[in-house]
Amino acid sequence: MTTTDLARERAAVRQGTFEALRRRPVVLGLIGLLALAAAVVAGIGLGSVFISPADTVAIVGRELLGWPVAETWSRAHETIVMELRLPRVLTALVVGLGLSVAGVTFQGLLRNPLADPYVLGTASGAALGAAIGVLIPLQIVWLGLGLVNILAFVGALTAIAIVYRVAGGGGRATMTSILLTGYAVGSMLAAGLSLAMYLSGSQLRQIFFYLLGSLSGADWQSLAVGLPVVAIGSLLIMLRARSINGLLLGDDTALHLGVDVRRERAILLALASLVTAAAVAMAGLIGFVGLVVPHVIRLLVGPNARLVLPLSALFGASFLIWADLGARVTGELPVGIITAVIGAPVFVLLLRRYRAGYQL
Amino acid sequence: MSERGLRIDIEGLGLRYGRSEVLSDIDLHIEAGERLCLVGPNGAGKSSLLRCLTGLAQPTSGVIRLDGQPLVEIERGAIARTISVVPGQVDLPFSMRVEEVVRLGRLPHENPFTGTSEEDRRAVDAAIARVGIDRLRDRDVQQLSMGERQLVLVAMAVAQGGRLIVLDEPTVHLDLRHQVDVLTLLTRLTDAGLTVLAVLHDLPLAAHFFGRLVLLDEGRLVADGAPGEVLSAERIRDVYRVDPRFVPSFASS
Repeated sequence: MTTTDLARERAAVRQGTFEALRRRPVVLGLIGLLALAAAVVAGIGLGSVFISPADTVAIVGRELLGWPVAETWSRAHETIVMELRLPRVLTALVVGLGLSVAGVTFQGLLRNPLADPYVLGTASGAALGAAIGVLIPLQIVWLGLGLVNILAFVGALTAIAIVYRVAGGGGRATMTSILLTGYAVGSMLAAGLSLAMYLSGSQLRQIFFYLLGSLSGADWQSLAVGLPVVAIGSLLIMLRARSINGLLLGDDTALHLGVDVRRERAILLALASLVTAAAVAMAGLIGFVGLVVPHVIRLLVGPNARLVLPLSALFGASFLIWADLGARVTGELPVGIITAVIGAPVFVLLLRRYRAGYQL
Repeated sequence: MSERGLRIDIEGLGLRYGRSEVLSDIDLHIEAGERLCLVGPNGAGKSSLLRCLTGLAQPTSGVIRLDGQPLVEIERGAIARTISVVPGQVDLPFSMRVEEVVRLGRLPHENPFTGTSEEDRRAVDAAIARVGIDRLRDRDVQQLSMGERQLVLVAMAVAQGGRLIVLDEPTVHLDLRHQVDVLTLLTRLTDAGLTVLAVLHDLPLAAHFFGRLVLLDEGRLVADGAPGEVLSAERIRDVYRVDPRFVPSFASS
């Protein structure tokens, strides 16, 4: 057997596993759930203070779910778990899930594989909002959220509202014109951001930190606000998987398949923007998750949004928890750096391996 | 196999975009199970007529009835379950397998909560078998030839389960064999009882595969009948403004 034969055989075996998974999305879903559970336990247990998986599960079970377990751990451990790590891990879960679901939605709506949750100006809007929040010398706290988070949320939504209005999204605007308007508005807002950074002086570092994205500021209050927005938004998007599938074929065909294109697109854009805005308000601009996770899942199960949405949610959540763990053990590197450093090579590797079965 | 085709009655149909009149005063009646071909030069209004019929464009005047019921009273989902439209070449943003594309035809039947049902899966299998693309089932659509892709799109429309199948220039990028494949498939669909309405530019092919042609010119219905009556040498000259000898069937005369 020559080497090329061997290579071909191995490729066939890989293709075989790939096919098997593609036909068994439920198996993949179970793997995703297990991976998520493992990520949560590891994310809580690991760090400068090690807490055993058994203790981790017991503490969370007792405190959150009222399990009748005897207290065999120290108060300090309980405080670390309940006040620091659990909210942080849950925030990573929610943000990773939200960005992945929003990524699938934007890629599907815009029929563009390079789209991500930030593509329609949300990133620049959020960043500008956050920068203004940093610069305003006021300490406002509303619903437990600081001014920076609130203005980031408002900024992201304002940006996308402007894009939608300017592009005439309610009329016969094509997705290309919305995409280009998004780019134009994003550039304007980015100029505003640059100005804010130029004027910020000593607060530059704080703005820069927000731009890189981080989960170090996670707490229960912001989670209590962000979680329902992301959860409900994502759920409503998943219930519209049918429309996302129809739009894969373009507007006219979607209409012929009974999709009310204008209405569905407006609703899906609004939901995905809301989820994105909540995610950036909680954790800043974490890149790459919303772009890569959907593609990796599509590689595995094909483009059916009914499968891609929930699986991306699961794996995106795990991915960000692991990435944040990486950020913590490397002395609080911004998590956006970790997601790019891990995500990009993995993505390229997958693309090369399965090139025959997948084209961007 | 026998299915009930859709009957279509179009009366006094007019469509204008701003000042330009795209369609005027079209009367057209299509019986259930009939196979009809719209012909005419570019800009004659063929596609506009299809857009009105499939609910994509709102006529400015006149009425369209499906089985006697005015189209405007039928909601979009019900139209999608009644009329299957074969898209022109679509370009897919992601790589998709043939089976996945055909399954998209089941969208109007899908339950938003539970997704694809057993019935949907059966319809997809049946459509793939009917169009004869079993061997392509697991292939990536982007790697298929134009002709094969067109067959996939026809399969998608068949899976959609409409009682009227509409095709806008289904043979446009195809070689002769694939043109004949697609058109033969259409005759099989009408043999089974479905109504088929197509737009074709290739007059000899249209004359061969369709018993009834409707000729449009400048938004008006010019002729309606058997190919021999509709495609007279004078009409070719008047409507297409070419010497009829360029049409092979008139080449000898």
